[in-house]
Amino acid sequence: MKSLVPILTVVAAIMVLWYGAAVWMNSQWTLDQAARAGTEPSFSFIVADTMAQDRPKLPAPHQVISELYDTVIDKKITSKRSLVFHAWITLSATLLGFVFGTFAGILLAVGIVHNRAMDMSVMPWAIASQTIPILAIAPMIIVVMNSMGIQGLVPKAFISAYLSFFPVVVGMVKGLRSPGAMQLDLMRTYHASQPETFWKLRLPASMPYLFTSLKVGIAASLVGAIVGELPTGAVRGLGARMLSGSYYGQTIQIWSALIMAAVLAASLVAIVGIIQRITLKRMGLAQ
Amino acid sequence: MSDPVVQATNLSLTFETNDGPVHALKDVNLTIDKGDFVSFIGPSGCGKTTLLRVIAGLEHPTAGDISVNGLSPDEARRTRAYGYVFQAAGLYPWRTIAGNVKLPLEIMGFSKVEQNERVTKVLELVDLAGFEKKFPWQLSGGMQQRASIARALAFDADILLMDEPFGALDEIVRDHLNEQLLDLWASTQKTIAFVTHSIPEAVYLSTKIVVMSPRPGRISDVIDSPLPRERPLNIRDSKEFIEVAHRVREGLRAGHSDG
Repeated sequence: MKSLVPILTVVAAIMVLWYGAAVWMNSQWTLDQAARAGTEPSFSFIVADTMAQDRPKLPAPHQVISELYDTVIDKKITSKRSLVFHAWITLSATLLGFVFGTFAGILLAVGIVHNRAMDMSVMPWAIASQTIPILAIAPMIIVVMNSMGIQGLVPKAFISAYLSFFPVVVGMVKGLRSPGAMQLDLMRTYHASQPETFWKLRLPASMPYLFTSLKVGIAASLVGAIVGELPTGAVRGLGARMLSGSYYGQTIQIWSALIMAAVLAASLVAIVGIIQRITLKRMGLAQ
Repeated sequence: MSDPVVQATNLSLTFETNDGPVHALKDVNLTIDKGDFVSFIGPSGCGKTTLLRVIAGLEHPTAGDISVNGLSPDEARRTRAYGYVFQAAGLYPWRTIAGNVKLPLEIMGFSKVEQNERVTKVLELVDLAGFEKKFPWQLSGGMQQRASIARALAFDADILLMDEPFGALDEIVRDHLNEQLLDLWASTQKTIAFVTHSIPEAVYLSTKIVVMSPRPGRISDVIDSPLPRERPLNIRDSKEFIEVAHRVREGLRAGHSDG
């Protein structure tokens, strides 16, 4: 309840700014139309008109909401015009890529922590991989995989994984190295083997770090899946909705796809957060 | 008398650092017999913790010989000859108290049934029965340290190595734990090596007090305590106790002036 007031305040502020910007940005078109018709529009007419255009520069919030209502609630989810359908396409690539990326990230981190050669060689490459703009590399991945006969979900998931493995590597390396000298000495006094030290000390100690990374990773996965939908000229998915919206000047469609993506990202992060809380609580790491 | 548990001859350990060599231990000769309670006391930097770590096989001497149970410290470590208690309890926060005590038992491959029996037994020994299912953060500092002692006792090694285990606790708790430790020592017949920087603690607990001095770390005095093995807390007001404490203090002061 306490956090509701600040949140609503911010939402209200955004709405005011948004409506203001919509009036300001769309009024030019209204004035042009009026000039062509030779009429002198009143201020109230301008304001009303800027919020009801078919292809506004900036759609007003209620236009986006009504579009969302129309494409989320009113359409059957199997319809190609349903935003839920497109969100699911993107979500499935996101989740697959997230699983790939997390798995790869954990494996790399385990290697880095246990093998000096990997420690020296892998990390610089992992960092370098993230400095390449994903927009540049995504089309190449799609084209190369397409030439190998792989299409659809997997190339998009691959781009998702490419973005999401990195936070997992960084977090897991830190987490697996988090046990102090004393805790490692304790394992030595038991003459514990390296695998025993890993399973009983390093891995459980890394859990809080892993979950923090997963939250970043799943949001990155979603970005990857959307980016993966742009260069293919894909006809399905949130990325495709944004792209076709920009081809045809359908700003309302772009904005509703954007909002859908934001809601999706927030939900995914929230779900990881809930799993984090339950897991850490069961492990005794959170109170 | 049987063979000594720990026998060190001319033991030296030098750390190479960027500022030149640091003589953590120099020409240390020491014998610990079975059933002894030996305290190492001295100012910081005198090598008392290093000596304990050499006995444990966690550090390796650069010169001299040391045997533990007639083996090299590394071999002794592999035979799990000792339990080690660190300065901090170092319990795993994701394991319950019982889970923490079970940790060495799991690694050493005890059966599930025996693990549970031993956990119950050692937790009773350190007066923590009933706390099995609690997590470490639910316990006070003194209780956590008792749990870590239980963890070191769980696999029933003959030797207990303790590195300032009560250093971070307040004096009231420390007195109480010292008393309990003596009871434990009497009932388990273990050989205990104990690092401390508290004179009363060393005198109250030990059958043998090893006074050390720094730069280079060496033994400046070894005192065989005349106190009886049965020690109520008020023994600390006795004449013998005060005499031993005085000699320890003199030893520490001497080590400081020529150090």
